[in-house]
Amino acid sequence: MAPTKTASVSGRKTAAKSATKTASRSASKEFTGRNTPDFGKDDDLHAYREMLLIRRFEEKAGQLYGMGFIGGFCHLYIGQEAVVVGMQMAQKEGDQVITAYRDHGHMLATGMSARGVMAELTGRRGGYSKGKGGSMHMFSKEKHFYGGHGIVGAQVSLGTGLAFANKYRNNDSVSVAYFGDGAANQGQVYESFNMAALWKLPIVYIVENNRYAMGTSTSRATAQSNYSLRGSGFGIPGVQVDGMDVRAVKAAGDEALEHCRSGKGPIILEMLTYRYRGHSMSDPAKYRSKDEVQKMRSEHDPIEQVRLRLLEKGWATEDELKAIDKDIRDVVSDSADFAQADPEPDPSELYTDILL
Amino acid sequence: MPIDILMPALSPTMEEGTLSKWLKKEGDKVTSGDVIAEIETDKATMEVEAVDEGVIGKLLVPAGTENVKVNTRIAVLLADGEGADAISAEKPAAPAKADADTPAATSEAAGGKVRESAEEPTAKADSKVPAQPKAEAASDPDIPAGTEMVTMTVREALRDAMAEEMRRDENVFVMGEEVAEYQGAYKITQGLLQEFGDRRVIDTPITEHGFAGVGVGAAMAGLRPIVEFMTFNFAMQAIDQIINSAAKTLYMSGGQMGAPIVFRGPNGAAARVAAQHSQDYGAWYSHIPGLKVVQPYTAADAKGLLKAAIRDPNPVIFLENEILYGHSFEVPKMDDFVLPIGKARIHKAGRDATIVSWGIGMTYAVKAVDELAKEGIDVELIDLRTLRPMDLPTVIESVRKTGRLVTVEEGYPQSSVGTEIATRVMQQAFDYLDAPILTIAGKDVPMPYAANLEKLALPNVGEVVQAVKTVCYK
Repeated sequence: MAPTKTASVSGRKTAAKSATKTASRSASKEFTGRNTPDFGKDDDLHAYREMLLIRRFEEKAGQLYGMGFIGGFCHLYIGQEAVVVGMQMAQKEGDQVITAYRDHGHMLATGMSARGVMAELTGRRGGYSKGKGGSMHMFSKEKHFYGGHGIVGAQVSLGTGLAFANKYRNNDSVSVAYFGDGAANQGQVYESFNMAALWKLPIVYIVENNRYAMGTSTSRATAQSNYSLRGSGFGIPGVQVDGMDVRAVKAAGDEALEHCRSGKGPIILEMLTYRYRGHSMSDPAKYRSKDEVQKMRSEHDPIEQVRLRLLEKGWATEDELKAIDKDIRDVVSDSADFAQADPEPDPSELYTDILL
Repeated sequence: MPIDILMPALSPTMEEGTLSKWLKKEGDKVTSGDVIAEIETDKATMEVEAVDEGVIGKLLVPAGTENVKVNTRIAVLLADGEGADAISAEKPAAPAKADADTPAATSEAAGGKVRESAEEPTAKADSKVPAQPKAEAASDPDIPAGTEMVTMTVREALRDAMAEEMRRDENVFVMGEEVAEYQGAYKITQGLLQEFGDRRVIDTPITEHGFAGVGVGAAMAGLRPIVEFMTFNFAMQAIDQIINSAAKTLYMSGGQMGAPIVFRGPNGAAARVAAQHSQDYGAWYSHIPGLKVVQPYTAADAKGLLKAAIRDPNPVIFLENEILYGHSFEVPKMDDFVLPIGKARIHKAGRDATIVSWGIGMTYAVKAVDELAKEGIDVELIDLRTLRPMDLPTVIESVRKTGRLVTVEEGYPQSSVGTEIATRVMQQAFDYLDAPILTIAGKDVPMPYAANLEKLALPNVGEVVQAVKTVCYK
């Protein structure tokens, strides 16, 4: 039943389908997560741009880390771009997003500025948290992005609280709470599942299963590696989604958000995805083979899939895509220049923002 | 223009490393993400990926070179059509540090561009730590002459405070175990479900970590949760959410997003409930920047301070006590009786010695003051009421008058609130002290169950009396 750990994504898709059947049978007849409509030209171009921005931004962040401009921990999102971009395409204005510390992609996807994020990474005053949060801690009320949290699993309870607020206010918003396959083993995740199901809170729990909790593969850390089933004890439906295919993510997101908005309570989407880089900058990733990484990159890259589709369907020429690439590179370079030139926070900021 | 590839830092602490292997040679084409070299750090062997596209123009550091400093130029990447003659002979870039005084220099190294720094370097000023701003607490409101005083228990005062604030603000709600149908494990929420309904008075499952997180999330979204812990002993399950999420988010977000939330419930020992149900957490929470910590004694303070806590935009830890719930005090009958958080109250003025206490500690102090009065020692008794922010000025003003200080609390003695007060008074009012400060606390043991041992583990009036006599050299 559980997908084989070393199987390729195509192998996992088969597993995903059977999991989908089981999950939908046991939990919800209505929720299938099986819609995989083709994107139109605009959708594909949008997804391409957004995912490429994250990819190039993260590569630049890695470079600035290497140069000593970014300190501490820095967890890159490269490889997982389709997950946040697809979900963001499904969301409505007002839906809240919360995640852990592999968070740069989520911020960019919600529309937070590359400059503000990069300047936070370099610890400068123009960063989203005035340089006081760093890579793991950024927030934007305006973009409904609630962080940016460094304790594995804590964001799941907090995200459930955001959903609680939506229900309390009787508004139409849904909370989208991301966590990894590692966090999925934390106790508070299940405490939250229980309350969310009990109170029918509008929340989409997104397990970004990138197969490794830091250096521990799912097979070594969990007795049930089909995370979409993790809510079944609480009657929370869930499905596995090909998280490398932005169309599949968007389709599952559409359905999940509709499920929440219609008052049916929480839902789980397990995104089968992959992180190309190490857990953080100092991780040599010796726990997996180079072939495994290379296979994902060459056969299932989320951006390359869209690029090939755009060319195949004649929706963009090589030159047009190059022009997009250049635009994105310019945005990223500009953010890096800003983040290096922007001054550090004023020393007086040491004692601000502790209490209101 | 050729792009320099620099020796990268690959961990938070790396300063140099060994360039163990090149995986590309001069003339090879590379695209973003291609592994170009392997670098050995003190921790691991890491792969270096290309960020930019181009052709390797020159490898500047041979494979096998040890101690290559971070940010040394190790290779040069040429863009399409560029020849090797475009490579400048400039010296390797100086190592970059993320200091504010180097951005201009390092951005030049990184992108080959010279950029004017937006501002003068601030590093020189950095060496001086700015002074911590002083917190100014307001004074208690005047109680108009002729105000009726109503005798009520701490329990009733707490319930009234919550009910009044829930009437006042639709965003205030209370959640916790047994707060609704059961009317509160200690009946503090009695009647609230009937008045406000189950939307605003919410029974939770037994799941402290989870509902503390749900409360903080709701507060981040702008609601005003009152989270009741059946006892603060159970809040240890939730302490990560209280400290890492509630207390730190405002700072981590640069002031954008805080958590206006009250965590309240009985704290400390009750009677014969043994080690796991008897701990006083005042010192623990008072350690944390980003929290306010209130520990009231009287019913009036319980009411006025809980109302203030619910209105406060910050996370407030409100430490009650099961034994005090049934104690009665006079509470002014006023429409809106709100007290300032962070302000101590002179419970009784005196001139010979100062006792500082708070919460249940006050029960020992009040009796000790009476006994000492019989022996002709006139004690000034300060009820601290709030542990953070701490009203030290009121304590120091009293010590300047009496020259002698004793603190009284039930919590463990090491790193206690009393030792904190003693340290700060010693530092700020040393010249006014006529005797060493004595701190009375619970004993340094887990709370025993046996009645006699429990009594021994807690402070007692005799200890307080003796301590005051000692500092008075009597």
